[in-house]
This record gives sequence, structure tokens and C-alpha cells, in this order.
Amino acid sequence: MSDARSDILGAVKAALKQAGGTGKADTTTVVSSSQRLGDPRANLIPARGRLGAKARVDLFIREAEQASATVARVSSLSGVPREVARFLAKNNLPMTLKVAPGIAEPAIPWTRETLLSVDEGRANGSESASVSRAFAGIAETGTLVMLSGSDNPTTLNFLPPTHVVVISASEITGDYEESWSELKEKGQDGRFMPRAVNWITGPSRTADIEQTLLMGAHGPQRLHIVIVDEETPAP
Amino acid sequence: MESTTAAFRENTAKALGDAKLRDALSKLTDGFPARRREAIARLPEFDALRDAARDIKDHVLANLDFYLEAFEARVVEAGGTVHWCRTAAEARTAILRICKTAGAKTVTKGKSMIGEEIAINEHLEVHGIEPVETDLGEYIIQLRYEPPSHIIAPAIHLSKEQVADTFREKHHHLSPGRSLDEPRVLLDEARGELRRKFIGADVGLTGANMLIAETGSIVLVTNEGNADLTYSLPRVHIVIASLEKIVPTLEDATTILRVLARSATGQEMSVYTTFCTGPKRQGDLDGPDEFHVVLLDNGRTGMLGGEFHEMLRCIRCGACLNHCPVYKAIGGHAYGWVYSGPMGAVLIPGLIGIEEAGHLPNASTLCGKCEDVCPMRIPLPRMLRTWRRRQFERRQTSYPSRAGLRAWSLIARRPWLYRLGADIAVAALAVLGRARGRFRWLPLAGGWTKLRDLPAPEEGGTFISRYHLGEHGDGA
Repeated sequence: MSDARSDILGAVKAALKQAGGTGKADTTTVVSSSQRLGDPRANLIPARGRLGAKARVDLFIREAEQASATVARVSSLSGVPREVARFLAKNNLPMTLKVAPGIAEPAIPWTRETLLSVDEGRANGSESASVSRAFAGIAETGTLVMLSGSDNPTTLNFLPPTHVVVISASEITGDYEESWSELKEKGQDGRFMPRAVNWITGPSRTADIEQTLLMGAHGPQRLHIVIVDEETPAP
Repeated sequence: MESTTAAFRENTAKALGDAKLRDALSKLTDGFPARRREAIARLPEFDALRDAARDIKDHVLANLDFYLEAFEARVVEAGGTVHWCRTAAEARTAILRICKTAGAKTVTKGKSMIGEEIAINEHLEVHGIEPVETDLGEYIIQLRYEPPSHIIAPAIHLSKEQVADTFREKHHHLSPGRSLDEPRVLLDEARGELRRKFIGADVGLTGANMLIAETGSIVLVTNEGNADLTYSLPRVHIVIASLEKIVPTLEDATTILRVLARSATGQEMSVYTTFCTGPKRQGDLDGPDEFHVVLLDNGRTGMLGGEFHEMLRCIRCGACLNHCPVYKAIGGHAYGWVYSGPMGAVLIPGLIGIEEAGHLPNASTLCGKCEDVCPMRIPLPRMLRTWRRRQFERRQTSYPSRAGLRAWSLIARRPWLYRLGADIAVAALAVLGRARGRFRWLPLAGGWTKLRDLPAPEEGGTFISRYHLGEHGDGA
């Protein structure tokens, strides 16, 4: 295989050199390329998401609903279970949930005031509904940013037919670039990417049969976003 | 995949005579292009984003060796492996070896045009491994042993009745009397069938919309969520991607994502955009134990730096297909290989040879709509003309065409001769057509007049001759 590697890289270099010397020999472009990787800069960012905090959350909600998600707002984390129970009841769904370990009891008091039956962990395909925690929301397109990890298994995002996502209003950013910056700041030794970053914009869908749009192709048929408006406690 | 591109004329005749196909294709115009227009109208920066996206890929291609090596280093750091493959055969071998090492019996697949390009399904089947397409459209055409007819909507050529017939024939463990009248019922049946496959698969094979050099991540874009179940459930995740899919940074990928879905389906963003980086981490409750990237050349380095260099900017959104009058008339299968539409007509000759695919660059009106809508601003009409020129230079064009082109170039380069010829022709047609007012047959234009009449010109000469006579019109 190493043969193939050097053949391919050799062919690339030869083609570029012949086309005008932008291959390895041209050190200026390589320097600019390494700078580009070392200090990534945002390209043009659409103005749409550049809003104050309140308008940003409103835009996020509008765009998420446009993408067929449903959205509810609660005033604190402890209000999440009642909202989820209300949502399940309204849709005639069983009162059982698989929740991400990061938001299991005691982080959220799931059963204190509800009849929810709650289990934590990854999904295996038998669950009817899951709850996970978003890292960020992108107002620009109503997109959720989910990070994989021991506290937030990826399978919860895709296997159950109903997916509920909890996000704090303060985590809603204007554009994708802001959420990349936040993720990079949280990283250690330049390593910041979890195994999977999932942008989710509305519930799963397909139009593969006669271009008829249908929800719930392989992923969830329902995506419900619960925004927590909690004031951050004073330090 | 075996190509039937050489039989393009026969393919086209068959497609034009297929009433079901015409019905299916007629829905295309109201669907994707209309939604694309709406999405673009909502984003004032769209054209500026296209420029930015084009510049990103131009920069990558000019420094491709640097970014490929950087990408490989990051994949390895994240615990993955990169397999460099020169040809389709090498890629098939690499994928089969990984599957065999994993003891795989079933491989679930996300939709991958590169997977089609290297015909991986057939290869796995021959070696006793069951490949299962999981994108709904791909699943349907896999059951029917058909190639995709559109790069993002592979089963767009089929009616729901045809899908129902296929499901009835292939899902024989289900009740034969069940109703399959509605797309919803068909989807639910496929979802149920595929759920079992997802859970039982040993290896997940996906393509990649982009590869990110900064982080060693691969980007997957779907609306169904099938790619996400494909990589997150099996023990092994294999990514098959061609060299030119690389972009420098997450920010660069983000810019391209802003133009991709809008150009493809008219969505603001596809439902699922996923960035996968290496295998399962310590403490993770799900995810694959192994992460392999099969990096394929298969003719790309041959296009690099040459006349078709800019084709390597293509992000496979399908906008050029959706807006092409030729694609809309004949559909994707007539093109005879994996790709179709204007991007296919440029790419296929580059990948399988102009000798085999010579008809494709000629099956175009050069109306320019493809370039107008291309998010990466690829000059597709120019490249189609380049292929035509090469065919002419290599004497692959038929003798009558060559003679005709020579005569045309002789006349077109001499304005006095052109005008003289036009004056004589118009005068002759006007006289000959005086009685009927139209022609039902003309010499050398039998193909054209077979299906329509040519109206006879009015007496009084050509535009130029009337212009010289002072008929300049009023008001100007």
C-alpha cells in the first residue's frame, strides 16, 4: 500500500508542477497552507445570525420549526420532565424514555413530578423516545450541535422514533463558526473533536419515492427541542 | 460498474419512449429547482458564498499533496487508518480485506457514488459478504439490480407502483395481500426491513461529502439518518472517498455546506450533517472500534492541472442535473454509468475514456444553465466543448460531421461568404416555400424535419441585408 501512497502523491506533485509550479517546490503556498491549518479563519459568514440574544433565540425557533422540529421553552432544568411528559402525552406516546447519562438523575429530576419511566445509556433500537443534551444551537438554520461522548451517546440521536433535545438558551449561537470556536476553546492540546459531531436540522426525512416528502426515514420521525431559559447563577 | 455509455443513442431512444420515466422526470422541474430558487432568495450572500466555496477548492487542489498528507496524519492521530488506492481494483481489494479481517457477513452502506464507481457491492457479493444499501432510494434500486439515475435521488426514475412491485417480489416473508399503495407504507416497510440489517451489520461502509485536513474528520450529509446508523452501530466503519473531497478546515467545510443543500434540494441545511473523527473513544457507549479511510485516485490525478482540473471542485449536489434540458428528457440511466447530467458528461469521459463515452459531451445544447446553477462555478459548457474539440483532433468524430464542421469553419470565418450563402439560402427558401409557407422536408436536415416543419422565411432577405437597407426600426 505504501507504493500506492507514494505513487499518488508523486502523481499529484507532478501534475501540479506541470500546471504551474504549485507543488511542494513552491514553498510560499505550503507555508500559507500550514498557516491556514494552524490558524483557521472563518470565511464569509451570512449576516442572518448576527442578532442580539433574544432575537437569536427567536430565529433559532423559527428556523427549527421551518425544518419541522417542535420547540418548547421552560424556565429551568427542573421544568424539563413535565414538558417532556406533556409532549409524550400529546402525541399518544408511551411514558418511557432513554436519557443520555449526562442529563440523567440527579442533573434533571425526571421522576419527581412525573410518571415517566426513565432509563439511561445508549439506544439499542427498542426505545420509543430518547433525550439528549445539545452542545449548541445554530440560529442561522435552527440546527442542533450534538457531541458524542460517554455522557451523550450518538445512538440516542438516531435510533428511537422520537428524539427530545435539551438546550440552554445561552447555548444558542448565531452561526456555525461560533460553535466551532467554542468547541476549539474547550479542547486540550489542540485535540477538540469528539468522535462524532452531529448537526441536526429537523427530524429525519426522505423524498426518494416520487419526491413525496415523508418524515421518519431511518432516524426519528419527531424532533422536539426543549429550550431552558434558566438565568445563569451569579458567580 | 459496467458502463453502457457507448450505447448512448440506443439508451436515449429507449428513455424517450418510456412514458413512466417521462412522468417521473416531469416532477423534477417543480421539485428541486423551485425549492433551490426559494432557498437562494432567502440568502443574500449566496453568490458570494459560491465564490468563497470555489476559492477554497481551488486552493486545496493547488496544494493537494500537502492537504492529503495533513489529513492522513490527523486520521492516524485519531486512531484511524488511511488506505491509499490508485485504482478501483485496489480499493475493492482494500475494502474486502478489512471486511474479511473483521469476519464480516453483512455490510450496511450509506449512499456513496464512489462505491458505485468501484462497483463494491458486486465485489462483496462475489466473496460471500452481503452488502445492504440503506438510503431508501439506493435500497430500492439495489433490490432491482439497477444503477442510480440521479446522484442525490437515485430512484427518481421509479413510480410508487414500481417500488411496490419490487417490495412484493423481494420481501416475500411478508403477507402477499398487504396494501402498498402509499409512499408512507412503502417507507415504513423499508424502514422495518433495514432496521434489522442495521442492528446485525458487522461493517458500515459510507462515502464522504468532504474530508477535513485540519482534524482528520470525514463529513457525511444525509436527510434520512441512514449514514449515521451505518457508522455508529457496526464494529468497523469504512469510509470510501476520492482524493479531491478534501478541504482544509472545519470553517472551509462549513462554507461549502452552506451552498451544498441549498443547491441540491433547496433545504437551508440537510437534516443530518456529521463529522466523524476516528473510532470509539475511551468511555464511549457506542461507535465503531475501527475507523478506515479508503482514499481513491481512480483517474483524479490525471485530471489535476489539466483542462478538466476545475471538475475536481464538484461537490455532487446534482443542481446541474436538475436544471439540464437533456437530463430532464432522458434521465440518468441513458448516460450509461454512475454519473449523469452535465457533470456526468464531463466526468465520465475523464474516468472511463472519451473513446467509450464520446456521445456524452455531444448530447448537450450548451445552454449554459448548468454553469449558472453550479455552486462551485464549474465551467461545464466550456469543458463539454473541450471534449468535443479533443474528439475532433483525435478524428473520433464521424466523417460527415468532420466534413460539415470543416465547411462551417470555412464559411463562418469569412463574413462575406457567410452573408452570400445566407442571402442565397433565404431567397431560395422564400421562393420555394411561397406556396405552403413551410417545409416538411429539407435536404441534410431530414432528422430535424422528421418531427416538425420549418416555417418558410419571409421574402425580403436576411436580417443583415434588411439592416443595410435601412430598416433600423423606430424609436431607438
